[in-house]
Amino acid sequence: MSVTGTPATGVPVTGTSVTEAVHAAGGMAGGLLLPWPDTDGEPFWQYALRGELRVQACADCGLRRFPPRPACPRCHSFADEWRPTSGRGRIWSFVVAHPPLLPAYAEQAPYPVAVVELDDDPTIRLVGTLTPSVRRPDAPWNAVPVSRLRIGAPVQAVYQILAPGVAVPRWALTTP
Amino acid sequence: MLKDRTAIVGIGQTRFAKTLDEPEKTLACRAVLAALDDAGIDPAEVDALASYTMEETDEVELAKSIGAGDITFFSRTGFGGGGSCATVAHLAMAVATGQASVGVAWRSRKRGSGVRPWTNTSVQLPTPAQWTRPFGLLRPADEIAMLARRYMHEYGATRDHLFNVALACRNRANQNPAAVMYDRPLTREMYMDARWISEPLCLYDNCLETDGALACVVVSAERARDCRQRAVYIHSAAQGLPAQHHGMVNYWNDDPLTGPAWTAARHLWKTADLGPQDVDTAQIYDAFTPLIPLSLEGYGFCGRGEGAAYTEGGALELGGRLPINTAGGGLSEGYVHGFNLINEGVRQLRGSSTSQVPDAATCLVTAGEGVPTSALLLRN
Repeated sequence: MSVTGTPATGVPVTGTSVTEAVHAAGGMAGGLLLPWPDTDGEPFWQYALRGELRVQACADCGLRRFPPRPACPRCHSFADEWRPTSGRGRIWSFVVAHPPLLPAYAEQAPYPVAVVELDDDPTIRLVGTLTPSVRRPDAPWNAVPVSRLRIGAPVQAVYQILAPGVAVPRWALTTP
Repeated sequence: MLKDRTAIVGIGQTRFAKTLDEPEKTLACRAVLAALDDAGIDPAEVDALASYTMEETDEVELAKSIGAGDITFFSRTGFGGGGSCATVAHLAMAVATGQASVGVAWRSRKRGSGVRPWTNTSVQLPTPAQWTRPFGLLRPADEIAMLARRYMHEYGATRDHLFNVALACRNRANQNPAAVMYDRPLTREMYMDARWISEPLCLYDNCLETDGALACVVVSAERARDCRQRAVYIHSAAQGLPAQHHGMVNYWNDDPLTGPAWTAARHLWKTADLGPQDVDTAQIYDAFTPLIPLSLEGYGFCGRGEGAAYTEGGALELGGRLPINTAGGGLSEGYVHGFNLINEGVRQLRGSSTSQVPDAATCLVTAGEGVPTSALLLRN
């Protein structure tokens, strides 16, 4: 898939949607679930494929909102834009998942999963797996020792291609 | 106002076990007929039905099997275990407003021998699962563990506090022959050495996986006086879906640790003559141990951040400040989406619990916290 341009507001112009790419892959990649976008979420995944972490914002009053949705809960506008973020954040909380899990997940268990609050807007939080460094977007989910994790630890978004046309953000530990 | 205008006059249930042979539909019919028999009401008089959206036995199948009459009210409540108390609340509203006269609420589930819902990969709900499941946050236990760690971080709660919850429920189950864990005591050593499910939650922080069915019967207070059993009045009832709440994965608002309990509680107490200080025993939804401190705060038994400390010193045990889940709850009696908490609330107010709170006159029953929820304040 290719992204050919981005209008001033709204959805980037693309050849193929991430939703179609996920359908083409049967919703799974190596036994792991791919994100199954809805109409509102599609732009997030499009930008992730370009290595950008963007969040939906109201084009009228500017309120950022996550998860994406049709209307602004504050001013009720249906006009939206996708605003870039620095991709930097801090661990808000984390779990370490142990079996029973689906088989492909159990193979990597125990693995940590974090909720990260963004430096640009701490009320925007994203779930993600962790990687030891920004240079290792494809590191196994269990590559970060749990002893390195703590609430408040700084992280940076990196992007892993899971299937053709489908990328997900992950969180790399950075030095404070 | 609903205040004491309706009452629960019958309760029924099947056995609870990891595996029951009969299908869910059969179990549903058995529980409903047992509840009607307990009330002394002919099934032909039933004209209202209420259950969960996740219930697999539908109204048509149930009504024709139990020999119900013409049904004039039926409702379903969503969000899994968050709907348990709402089923009774809807019947109370229907009876109080003249839409029906004899209501039955029920839940039948083979969660013990059946599938775990989170293993389903073909039905991936796009919102909000696209924001969690691809990242390995697969199960309800993972979703609640995330909130639990944050809660422990903010308020200094420890695994010992969660153990207090697990132990209180297990101790009550050890007094209840109908409980799955009747003959299985729990020790602190067992808890601390248990395998992890999703850190910081271990095996004993998770509810059981149970086959079973339960039901109860709701009629007007007037009719209740002629029934076989002592009436248990529905003093107040509430549902709660807070502003900007996200079911289970409530990570995306300003204050993720104040969940639906807070919303339901405000309405519950507003429409009641009683307050948290008047509650003799509480049946609090316990799919996971952290839901207890969160609910204790939400329903006003203590202040924000004090729920974990509240569990200290045997407060949740029989004889403690607030005996909870006196039949063992979802953690140790059986997990049937919280309906067993309703029936135990009724038994407490009849004086027939296996862990009877002396002279219990008021019981709070809550539905799933962390999802759009509901609650009942019962009195005798």
